[in-house]
Amino acid sequence: MYQLIVIGGGPAGLAAALKAKEEGLENILILERDKELGGILNQCIHNGFGLHYFKEELTGPEYAGRFIAQLEGTGIEVKADTMVLDITAREDGVKVVSAVNGAEGYMTLETATVVLAMGCRERTRGAISIPGARCAGVYTAGAAQHFLNMEGYMVGKRVVILGSGDIGLIMARRMTLEGAKVLACVELMPYSGGLNRNIVQCLNDYDIPLYLSHTVVDIRGKDRVEQVVVAKVGPDRKPVPGTEMVFDCDTLLLSVGLIPENELSRQANVVMDPRTNGAVVYENMETSLPGVFACGNVVHVHDLVDFVTAESQRAGAAAAAWVKNGPAASARTIELKNGAGVGYTVPQKLRLDAVDKAEIFFRVRQVYGNASIRVMDGEKQLAAFKREHMAPGEMERITLPRKLLEMAAGDTLTVEIAEA
Amino acid sequence: MTDVLIIGCGVIGAACAYELAHSNVSVTVLEADNDVANGTTKANSAILHAGYDPHPGTRMAALNVEGVALARDICARLDVPYDPIGSLVLAFDEKDLETLNVLYDRGIKNGVPDIELLTADEVHAMEPNLADNVCGALYAPSAAVVSPWEYCLAMAEVAVKNGVELHRNSPVTAIEQIEGGFRVHTPDAVYEARYILNAAGVNAGAVHELVAPKEYHITPNRGEYYLLDKNQGQQVSHVIFQCPNENGKGVLVSPTVHGNLIVGPNAEGVSAADDTETTSAGLEFVMNAARRSVPGINFRENIRNFAGVRANHSSDDFLIAESKFVPGFFDLAGIKSPGLSAAPAIAKEAARLLAGAGLELPPKADFADGRTRVRFNECTPEEKNALIAEDPRYGRIICRCETVTEGEIVATLSTPIPPMSVNGVKRRVGAGMGRCQGGFCGPRVQDILARELGCSPVDIPMDSNGTWVLCGETKSKAN
Repeated sequence: MYQLIVIGGGPAGLAAALKAKEEGLENILILERDKELGGILNQCIHNGFGLHYFKEELTGPEYAGRFIAQLEGTGIEVKADTMVLDITAREDGVKVVSAVNGAEGYMTLETATVVLAMGCRERTRGAISIPGARCAGVYTAGAAQHFLNMEGYMVGKRVVILGSGDIGLIMARRMTLEGAKVLACVELMPYSGGLNRNIVQCLNDYDIPLYLSHTVVDIRGKDRVEQVVVAKVGPDRKPVPGTEMVFDCDTLLLSVGLIPENELSRQANVVMDPRTNGAVVYENMETSLPGVFACGNVVHVHDLVDFVTAESQRAGAAAAAWVKNGPAASARTIELKNGAGVGYTVPQKLRLDAVDKAEIFFRVRQVYGNASIRVMDGEKQLAAFKREHMAPGEMERITLPRKLLEMAAGDTLTVEIAEA
Repeated sequence: MTDVLIIGCGVIGAACAYELAHSNVSVTVLEADNDVANGTTKANSAILHAGYDPHPGTRMAALNVEGVALARDICARLDVPYDPIGSLVLAFDEKDLETLNVLYDRGIKNGVPDIELLTADEVHAMEPNLADNVCGALYAPSAAVVSPWEYCLAMAEVAVKNGVELHRNSPVTAIEQIEGGFRVHTPDAVYEARYILNAAGVNAGAVHELVAPKEYHITPNRGEYYLLDKNQGQQVSHVIFQCPNENGKGVLVSPTVHGNLIVGPNAEGVSAADDTETTSAGLEFVMNAARRSVPGINFRENIRNFAGVRANHSSDDFLIAESKFVPGFFDLAGIKSPGLSAAPAIAKEAARLLAGAGLELPPKADFADGRTRVRFNECTPEEKNALIAEDPRYGRIICRCETVTEGEIVATLSTPIPPMSVNGVKRRVGAGMGRCQGGFCGPRVQDILARELGCSPVDIPMDSNGTWVLCGETKSKAN
């Protein structure tokens, strides 16, 4: 019987396991489906990781490596190349995780707590129904990144990128450095979905044009992509006829969003939030299943791994507290609702007795200049936080002290954006 | 000289090969593509129609009903995913109800078993997610869903195991009439055969005209589809049709044998037989039409769009006949819907025609029927452990969405028709069929194929030859 099983050995799982160990848990197991720990960071060979957490600039493998190195001597058990098939919560509160690998076969493992840290996957061509030829040459940016950085193969020579998410921007630079010609980065929205620093360092520095409010309306080619047709979109995000541009290219990379990978969570009957596609979580990252926690991109998609680490340490600490002290109890729970301009909040629920200061993460729905984030109790404003700039591509964070939360008259508070 | 040469290894060619493999005759199959089932067979509604659509008295009607009955047994013997979930044709108004009566009468005349007309209450009780304004339905319990490519592959595999020669990458470029038969040319070889079965699908007309004057015209007609994630697969539990109209059978909504939801098709004439493009207008039409039947389909859960091309022609029937001008050359052409349903019956019809033309078909005493494959995700824990104990590669999950193991992928390479492409693996074991569409497993499948075939990953195409995935090594790897 384990005290904690962590599902996923990427940055979220590693941080959660290490924190739980630090907080006194003994029997901890990390289950990782890949051959090595580190998760998606292993293929992120560019730098820019760790500026917040380590106060220095690391590559993805270096960032992951720091945590992997910390495992040594902790006694935290790792099973790599191991796939979790399902999770069930028994009536006595014990969780049973079934998993499979080549060395040990099919196994069922019992544990007091679980941390879900499965990360996310990319949205595909199908998810956004891009019409056109069904030829080869359309890749998600992450799959292309895997081919280049993990396997050492090029996926094409003339490239159009749809979506200005961070992976797409990073791949624009990476493909260029490998000798490919990146003709355009095309973004449906009137603003980029990626970090500003990536726009500058990955597009502008290489003279790659960014077409905002544009999309791909056709893919042409018999066996392999030969042309991609791009058109301007109107305010309704529908293509405007007559604005088509044709790019001669052999490759279309898609960076059109990430989806938390929650098939295991759903199958375990964890309550999900349709806004995040992740679990509904409490202040300590506990899900609706007592003793099952979630952290990292499986909860909501982050832009900086540093924040994944911080969030996951909270989950790890909470798992340790759950084992030592039992379930968190609270007479009062506040639910956070998203108001105008706010896409979602994480956590969604706050148990007042368990909160000292609650850190709330969220994304705005559009670009804002001078604006304020307001915490509302019905019509009454409890707090306001000024921001000079907010964009959907950059996660926002506010801190709500318990005293403030206690001022709520009812059991909900709303986070909203008010333009100045 | 081979007795029978079959041109095309879609479901019709494969069914003919399987049928003829039961007899002591020599059979060769030429497939233009690098895999079987790679044309219309892989891109359709994956439905075995009950048989109330074709007009009574047509060969299509008889072969449809016979084919569906045969398919049930073949799928059971050859381990092909098959589920007789039954179908419902919906009526939305009085005119539709009249159409249902017509279809019901046709079904009775065609010998479709157990069909019945349902009231609005009955149909809503069976399918609670249907639109409120559905006012009746025709229920046909013998309709089924099937994995069309595995159906084709399974029949082709058993045929090959029983001595049928299959040559892939073998497009027919010329056909000569010679003494006692034909000489058939491909870019790499020449074959001689007493009889030819032309099962070239949308290209059947072109193949026919290599040896005979034009006798019919195939008009490619494209249908576009959505395939939705498994969380939408429970929207309905039967195949849901709308009343047929001048544009075809209308848009259907159905669970697939794999647990997804399939929605489509539209019908649009196209100029090229290989025009499998999807269009925004076509997809929008399909989406709106499907919502008429099942308003709650969440199209945000779409994982793939595709299009298939029907081999339409002017007649309402299949074209199954010996050429009027070239004895010994048989067309199995114009096999539009319900071609998948009729396939094994079409094959029996082809065998009858060959026999009528003088080919003796003595039974093969040692015919070895049957086929199975490992489906790890359907195994019990004990079976999983037994597989892994025998070969640890069954413990390595390569496709996370569909839980497909390295062991299953490697096993395909020692089947009678091993895959040559990433999608060939997908059609055989399901790797890459799930919600991430091969985003995770694609590179790994590429790697495994290259390793097992002893080539570079650069040489492994996505699908047909020319659909390259990789164009060379990166600078850092090359250095």
